[in-house]
Amino acid sequence: MTKQRPHKPDISVNLCGMALRNPIIMASGILGVSRELLVRVAECGAGAATIKSVSPEPREGHRNPTVIAYEAGMLNAVGYSNAGVEEASREFHDVGELPIPIIASAIGHEADEFAEVAAKLMPCGFAALEIPLSCPHTPGYGVLAGHSTPEATERITRAVRAATERPIFVKLSPSIPAIGELALAALEGGADGISAVNSLGPGMIIDVEAREPVLDFKVGGVSGPALRPIAVRCVYDVATALRKADVEAPIIGIGGVTNGRDALEMIMAGATAVGVGTAVYSRGIEVFGKIADELQALCGRLGIASLAEVRGAVLD
Amino acid sequence: MQAGAERIRCSLPIVLTVQEVKRENDLMVTLLFPVPDPGEAGERGLDLAAFVPGQFFMVWLPRFDEKPYALSHLDAECLAITVQRRGPFSARLCELKAGAKVGLRGPFGRGFGDIERHGASRRVALIGGGCGTAVLAPLAERMSRATLVQGANSANFLIYLDRFPNQVVFTDDGSAGRKGYPTEWLKEQAAAGGLDMVYTCGPEVMAEAVVSICRQAGIGCQVAMERYMKCGIGVCGQCECDGRLVCKDGPCFSGEELAVMPSFGRVRRDKSGRRFEITIAVRCPSAPVPPDAKG
Repeated sequence: MTKQRPHKPDISVNLCGMALRNPIIMASGILGVSRELLVRVAECGAGAATIKSVSPEPREGHRNPTVIAYEAGMLNAVGYSNAGVEEASREFHDVGELPIPIIASAIGHEADEFAEVAAKLMPCGFAALEIPLSCPHTPGYGVLAGHSTPEATERITRAVRAATERPIFVKLSPSIPAIGELALAALEGGADGISAVNSLGPGMIIDVEAREPVLDFKVGGVSGPALRPIAVRCVYDVATALRKADVEAPIIGIGGVTNGRDALEMIMAGATAVGVGTAVYSRGIEVFGKIADELQALCGRLGIASLAEVRGAVLD
Repeated sequence: MQAGAERIRCSLPIVLTVQEVKRENDLMVTLLFPVPDPGEAGERGLDLAAFVPGQFFMVWLPRFDEKPYALSHLDAECLAITVQRRGPFSARLCELKAGAKVGLRGPFGRGFGDIERHGASRRVALIGGGCGTAVLAPLAERMSRATLVQGANSANFLIYLDRFPNQVVFTDDGSAGRKGYPTEWLKEQAAAGGLDMVYTCGPEVMAEAVVSICRQAGIGCQVAMERYMKCGIGVCGQCECDGRLVCKDGPCFSGEELAVMPSFGRVRRDKSGRRFEITIAVRCPSAPVPPDAKG
């Protein structure tokens, strides 16, 4: 008689047609500056990875310090430094051949710039596109440019929709109380899914000896464990809004996820996939595979056979 | 502890007061600071007891900028950085007087390896080019029998001549020591079979030549690399080189690791992340450098 081996829970997910071996996605802004780093993140076990946001022209970003860690998370004001869409198109020219789906990230001041970047980037072979309308610390972009209203969200999404047939995810801010309305506006504009959420705030950390804020831009987005309960609530709010409107669209839950338990929490709030960023600092670049393994083991312990079984488990 | 419950380590600056400014030469100064209280420093993530030569610190001038520097000295009372005037930030550091306040975060990255194994050996060389010599100084403090080989453009750019007696000096113009480059000494030693290990830091064209000579001679080799850094803690990707994060996986790399890093000696990134070829202007420590490469 053969012994029956315990069945390993299925943690693969289908995200808008992208087959992910696990739901752990490298969030935008972390590491995604080169093809080689994307390969490494794939080797480290991520289910998918998002590149650092690309603008029409090269940007130097804010002066240092741009990223600092404190006891509950991280504060950053990188300021969208990137090499610009021309160089990004060369850097990522063959991302379609990498072992995991790679998600592009396009930014602009106005809708036409978002669309311009999308049109130039997507032929590289990106599996999907994320448009962050929610950066809290870069003048001319995101929250500071008024991109976080339902009208702007719908307008920008619609312009980008005309530029690519690939799935579009709109990344929302946790600082907007009516996040559910924003999600519906994004879907109305033609988005396929929602990324919730960007970093929070902005926040400020002051050095009392220097009598100055530590970040050169003075304020920056809060991420990491400090953001997690807010991010979970935002995912819950978005999922609830979609359900009420009788709309089906996947959510990438992002904010402070550090281990498998955090990832499962996001999924129970309604997320299909889970973004990881700040945990790269606390646990190293190997964090993606570690979280995926922990998630699978935890599902095994809790008797969860597949993630679909518990997705949105806490929704009414 | 639950899996994945690692605590976040702070990486906040601790503000130190410049205790003394020592002029090293026409281009370089050493800033000395008192060692901070370990408890207070530890709360901000600054653990000097864990410092390994080759690691770096982010040096902060409030309302100006923050850049990576290696410690050039550390003992129980005092730590130091040695700064070469290259761009606006280093120029401002060079103008600081005793009493000035400077923020420090770190130590970050992976320092030089195998220090204990080779610590008492005479068959070790520390090969520095320009201000790269400063990065090797804490190593020289721990490896008293090693030979420090210092190369500079001319006599007025040399440092630490009185600090380390076991030293060979090269200048490009022959104004002090031997005329030529430290790599010539390395070739002689390699041919004579006098070395087991080489640690190096300096212009990448020199470091690349050192790696190549060591590889051919079967000598162990480690290089402290420099790239434009932002976060310093392995998350932003700014310092990426062939899939490696110089701030986290480096800045010290072995010859074997560098053998599979084609950008070493070839390609850097500017502040925006654009790639550019390393030119002779950047390779030469006191020649004019492109604006983006200035520190």
